[in-house]
Amino acid sequence: MHAKPLRVLIIDENAMRAAILEDGLREAGPLTIHHIRDTAELLPRIAAVDPDVILIDLENPSRDTLEQMFQVSRLAKRPIAMFVDQSDAATVQAAIDAGVSAYVVDGLKKERVKSILDVTISRFHAFDRLHTELSQVKSALEERRIIEQAKAILMRQKGLSEPDAYVLLRRTAMNQNRKIADLARALVAAAELLDGSTDE
Amino acid sequence: MSEHILAAFVPLVDCAVLVAAREKGFAREHGIDLSLVREPSWSSLRDHLNLGHVDCAHALAPLPIASALGVGHVEAEMLVPFVLNRGGNAITLATSLATEIERRSSQPPSPVDWAKGLSRALMLRNKPLTLAMVHAFSGHNFELRYWLAAGGVHPDRQVRIVAIPPPLMVESLAAGHVDGFCVGEPWNSLAVERGIGRIVATKSQLFPRGVEKVLAVRPTLATDRARLDALLKALSAAAAWVDAPSHREETAAILSRQEYLGVPAAVIACSLAGKLELGNGDALDDPDFLYFARHDASFPATHEALWIYAQMLRWGQLPARAELRERAADVFRPDLYIGALGPRATADAQVLGAFDRIEFSARGIDAYLDQFELYTPFVDTHSTP
Repeated sequence: MHAKPLRVLIIDENAMRAAILEDGLREAGPLTIHHIRDTAELLPRIAAVDPDVILIDLENPSRDTLEQMFQVSRLAKRPIAMFVDQSDAATVQAAIDAGVSAYVVDGLKKERVKSILDVTISRFHAFDRLHTELSQVKSALEERRIIEQAKAILMRQKGLSEPDAYVLLRRTAMNQNRKIADLARALVAAAELLDGSTDE
Repeated sequence: MSEHILAAFVPLVDCAVLVAAREKGFAREHGIDLSLVREPSWSSLRDHLNLGHVDCAHALAPLPIASALGVGHVEAEMLVPFVLNRGGNAITLATSLATEIERRSSQPPSPVDWAKGLSRALMLRNKPLTLAMVHAFSGHNFELRYWLAAGGVHPDRQVRIVAIPPPLMVESLAAGHVDGFCVGEPWNSLAVERGIGRIVATKSQLFPRGVEKVLAVRPTLATDRARLDALLKALSAAAAWVDAPSHREETAAILSRQEYLGVPAAVIACSLAGKLELGNGDALDDPDFLYFARHDASFPATHEALWIYAQMLRWGQLPARAELRERAADVFRPDLYIGALGPRATADAQVLGAFDRIEFSARGIDAYLDQFELYTPFVDTHSTP
């Protein structure tokens, strides 16, 4: 007999992470995937989905609410924390390290859940990497913007050409053992301060 | 060389002893480099503690007992060598609900009058009531349930009880998701300050001197006795410091910082002093509302662990088994406390009181439980229906 596709519920306020995870799970096999983004009225919504597996960010404050529901609710299927079965300590540790918490309906075959967990763990890591890269790109863009502003100030106040303004910035930064962006930030802040005082 | 110890906490006034141990140098004086990690929820704190990401934690007293018994979650050995505070919780009802109850009472309601009033209000409503506490295995859950039952309300049949992390409590009340809650300070006072809640009972009224947060310790830390002893000495010194009325303002100022509670110091100072605005012009002035060192506050008595075990039994969280009772009792470790800090001056009373005058004695748990009309039988949730 073929088993019915497992119903997986993702509870995540972060739509991007949920999308990345959902994408990965689609490749993991025949699954029905649901996503709850905000956690108001959680119990009836979970009951409506009747999930076999619930995946949730370890640090999501709704976990307390979720666990309490499992304690008292009369849900047809009552999921339990995956850690209750401690036979696969390595997966549990990997999940915690990745920041994943999973609740699994009791009695579900371990092999069926393992692949779901593995995908979830790797996608959570992928999201973290993406998140780090994204913030690096953001800060690189911000640095470029601030250096442009600093150059413009030097060009205006010292009558320098653009390349000369940059050379001056770089040399001063090297002499002071600072990053160009940090020096540029200080320069822009100082200029704003001085402009501000002349305005008043 | 100083020993590094990592401790987790949830933002509440009663994390004060851990915070003071770090910020006022008590840990350093005892050769400990104490770092603190703030947790968003009790589930998260428990997971990090169970898996050894932290060495110890500011924990709800029933939490390490539930972990040690493997109830509700993974089984993990946990020890309690020190009590971090007593009291500090309160039950708050939405202002509209409190006003409705008060209108029908002839005199200023006592805590149990409020519960009886809630029972009458329930009969007149067609909408179910939702009340929040912080975790299935918390003093708050047991305080709320005990109080409701004393007023004739069955907590599992007549109201819906949900768990919400403390920092989200006030918002949940404001949004109308809950009609009341039981939580630790400063979150009750903040609801009163916003005019959305009335405090109707405090833990100090319901269970005077009741144990609240404990230091939950992993066995690995407990076996390293020199390290544990140094930590307990530091915490004991910090508790005495926090308990002194002259240090309240400074304690409040430190706790109000963003990395700890991130709420105004004035509210925290009121909680520490036991001077609470209850709403509608009423006020509480109870120096023992919340305390840390007085009356042997830090001593983890075995019969207090068994009181918690009895509450778990009453509300169907556990099957009644002698073996579980033994294991629950063993979680609280007076021997570790005495090993580090010496014996206590006062004798152990062994009997715990409550607002309904029903006394608890560890020698007669069955007789104690027989006195309650309302309870919830244990159902094995893991057997298939």
